[in-house]
Amino acid sequence: MISRLLCCLVFTLALFAHQPQKGALSFAGKAVLAVEPDEILPDPALEARAREISKNVRCVVCQNEPIDSSNADIAKELRLIIRERLVAGDSDREIEAFLVARYGDYVLFRPPFNSYTLFLWLGPFAVLLLGGTGLFFYFRSGRKASGTASAQSSGSSALSAEEQAELDRLLASDQEKGSRS
Amino acid sequence: MTESTPKSPTRTRLLFLLPLLLVSILFGYFLWGLTTEGRDPNKIPSVLIDKPAPDFDLPALEGTSMPGFSTADLRNSGKISVVNVFASWCIPCLAEHPNMMKLGQRDDIVLYGINYRDKPLDALNWLEKHGNPYDSIGADTNSRASINWGVYGVPETFILDQSGTIRYKHTGPINPGQLESLIIPVIETLKAEKTS
Repeated sequence: MISRLLCCLVFTLALFAHQPQKGALSFAGKAVLAVEPDEILPDPALEARAREISKNVRCVVCQNEPIDSSNADIAKELRLIIRERLVAGDSDREIEAFLVARYGDYVLFRPPFNSYTLFLWLGPFAVLLLGGTGLFFYFRSGRKASGTASAQSSGSSALSAEEQAELDRLLASDQEKGSRS
Repeated sequence: MTESTPKSPTRTRLLFLLPLLLVSILFGYFLWGLTTEGRDPNKIPSVLIDKPAPDFDLPALEGTSMPGFSTADLRNSGKISVVNVFASWCIPCLAEHPNMMKLGQRDDIVLYGINYRDKPLDALNWLEKHGNPYDSIGADTNSRASINWGVYGVPETFILDQSGTIRYKHTGPINPGQLESLIIPVIETLKAEKTS
């Protein structure tokens, strides 16, 4: 029982660890740097924030690439917009809202939690819960079934008269063999 | 003791069909998603539908006598506006151009063109060669205005009602069939709204 619980726990943790952004980030890491020297902000802190935001923004024309690693003109323009807004003092969230207002949630690699993405975010947990409940009942009914089976065998109705006769005959022949040796 | 005997075997056996049923439902959903018109995953749904025209101010295309246009021209204009994003380097734009020419002949709409990331001279030559259906063209050389429109490629076409609210967006080139079955019906519907 404890090992089963442990198994469930590990599985849940694995689910938590696997977040969409992680995939996007590792993808961005492999790609060639597309940010051109003239785009880079003099303030390293702002530039780092710009890079972080850009990694989560989908290039709308080359759709499975973040703008951070895309060479498309529109990606460059979006990178510049992000940097301009950062310099103007916008928060990361405000910049994301600016982009979402134009391109929708689709523009973000990490989907926000809202009524549209409810199933996306909670779906895995719902499936886990469903599977867990299913397993629980499966094992419980299995134990119950084996319990009833043993109870039945101890009852008098377990063997028919014919079966009992056959059993007696076999036992008798066995005893005969035993006495002979 | 015998009251707790398991359910009838046929019922248990029917339970084994449950995964098949679930998978069938899932596959049916996938099939629907793959084949239904308008569910192309490459086409980003516009969030701007039923929103007012975004803020932008585009200068005129250099070398034309037509003025540029801005948000103010579209809001409460009292006319239906069709905004087409195009570029001379864009082959699908050329493919849809004859249909833009047809739209340009209508006097119940104002046809605006956003010239997207183009060189003015290239755009001028292109319009001279293939015809200019637009009532006004704004030059969006750095695509900032187009970004406000949520444009992600050319061509794209927006239809706005008399108050300047975006009511329809068409992504990609408009082919003759779509002009008749999608674009013109939307214009007619918006016209009917105006008179009622």
